[in-house]
Amino acid sequence: MSDFETVAASENQAARRGPSGEPGTPSQVGQPRKPRSLAGDAWRDLRRKPIFWISLTLVLLVTAMAAVPGLFTSNNPTDCVLSRQHAAPSGGALFGYDFQGCDTYARAVYGARASLLVGALSALFTGAIALVVGMLAGYFSGWVDAVLSRVIDVVLGIPLLLAAIVLLKRVSTDSATVRIGAVIFVLAVLGWTTAARVVRSSVITAREQDYVAAARMLGAGNGRIMWRHILPNALAPAIVVLTIALGSFIAAEATLSFLGIGLKEPTISWGIEINNGRVHMRESATPLVVPSTFLALTVLAFIMLGDAIRDAFDPKLR
Amino acid sequence: MFRFIVRRLLQMVVAFFGTTLIVYALMFAGQGDPIQALAGERPVTAAQRAYLTEKYHLDATGVGGFFYRYFDYISNLLRGNLGESLTGRSIGDILAGAWPVTIKLALIAIAVAVIFGVTAGVLAGIRRASIFDNATLLLTLLVLGIPTIVLAPLAQYFLGVKWQLFPPTSGANPDFYALLLPGIVLGSLSLATALRLTRTSVAENLRADYVRTARSKGLPRRRVVSVHVLRNSLIPVITFLGVEVGNLMSGAIITEGVFNIPGVGFNLFRGIRTEDGPLVVGIVSVLVVVYLISNLVVDILYAVLDPRIRYE
Repeated sequence: MSDFETVAASENQAARRGPSGEPGTPSQVGQPRKPRSLAGDAWRDLRRKPIFWISLTLVLLVTAMAAVPGLFTSNNPTDCVLSRQHAAPSGGALFGYDFQGCDTYARAVYGARASLLVGALSALFTGAIALVVGMLAGYFSGWVDAVLSRVIDVVLGIPLLLAAIVLLKRVSTDSATVRIGAVIFVLAVLGWTTAARVVRSSVITAREQDYVAAARMLGAGNGRIMWRHILPNALAPAIVVLTIALGSFIAAEATLSFLGIGLKEPTISWGIEINNGRVHMRESATPLVVPSTFLALTVLAFIMLGDAIRDAFDPKLR
Repeated sequence: MFRFIVRRLLQMVVAFFGTTLIVYALMFAGQGDPIQALAGERPVTAAQRAYLTEKYHLDATGVGGFFYRYFDYISNLLRGNLGESLTGRSIGDILAGAWPVTIKLALIAIAVAVIFGVTAGVLAGIRRASIFDNATLLLTLLVLGIPTIVLAPLAQYFLGVKWQLFPPTSGANPDFYALLLPGIVLGSLSLATALRLTRTSVAENLRADYVRTARSKGLPRRRVVSVHVLRNSLIPVITFLGVEVGNLMSGAIITEGVFNIPGVGFNLFRGIRTEDGPLVVGIVSVLVVVYLISNLVVDILYAVLDPRIRYE
């Protein structure tokens, strides 16, 4: 394994090599051996893991559900008729109807959009904050690092749910866009610390490498070194952490909506559906079980995907 | 040691004022109408408005006014005077009735986490890469991945309503049996984390030099594991569990709300639902202080347990 190859750069090699062309396999004897990169090793490892494929399939499925819900159900989730209250499955309503007479399955399918939107955008903003803070702290060390690290400590010490309650209680509008924006803002502001620590430590490692010294001797400025040489190295671990964080952001959004301070009706969110289903679970449990399953599988898929990738990238675990 | 505790206490004072200032500023300051914000979306009567204006000294303006009101809030908080909820009950009284229940619930959760998490973690750490190890890893991943808002209602439905193994909800004075299922649900997350922590640190410590020395002295394997390895492996677990006590107090919002347990979390849950601003602020302030204190205790415990840590 070549230590100085950057993870991001070697990913192209792994892709070019394709799934069947392993270096060092008997069919390739005679060709010059390419040193296997970290990403190549990781990809070899990942390919054989069923958990990776299962979670990847689930992630793609739920993404498709969020983008084009019409593919999965032809029923309208807001078409609610009280006479169908808790009715048995019929006419495309796979899991019957809920307390308000809405199609349980259709509502669960349409709930994917809000969850994924909040999860993905929170992860994106979290990533942006974490990259900036982690890069500055890791690259400039000294007092910049000291100040930023204390800030990270303080934010890390704030209990997320309590702080979210305090922040979101100030949002009194019912506008769906504003509420989604507020939830994303709260999750991003409170959730960037772990990723920032990961970025900081990988920046510190990368900063000491020979190729950084070489770039500096060639006259590259701080900005160029950070952008061209350190960022690609800090990116891979950050993306892994953010994949896992995306799962927990989806769970956090559902929790806040469940409590009644996150998204509000008429926005369709799994958290709201679970809370509504919970109230009437004695009459019919499917309106509780269906959105619960959707939420749990989505969160699990992201967490397991991130976990599998991290395991594959961590040489110590091999 | 003494110097460390003093320094940590000073840090705690700074953190206390910092956090309460943030909570206070977010809840009350810099908005058009603090009274309306406090009451949420409900209309405020003229009598309520006059009462709140007088109570929170809202007629004083500017930065001075803000700090005046902030120190008012702090001194009330420190004296345990948390004011009244919008329904007129004293928040101190509500909390006094709720704490014993929440503490009981948290203790059950911690007991579940310690008994099952640490035991399984040690076994998994010793037999690393065995079937048992892989099974626990997968199971803990499942538990860590499933949010409480899924776990709690589903456990309540299947174990409480459908199969009737546990009481589905608890009444005003819950007994141990009524708190058992919520305790397990609440503790499952800590259980999974405690298990993983124990497993990693046991597996790491088994390779340490002092273990090799102990083995080569001829000590039986059981003694090496249960005395030498376990003692050192439990340091991170204890730290985690200490922090977790603070988390459990606040994390019980969902579990207590779902299982109808009249604890602190349940009151916060109800306060959010009924848009009772003063109740939410009062409980959140107290919970933040509990969280800070539990972190402080853990840090000191950490230094006592591990002689290598001195923070000089």
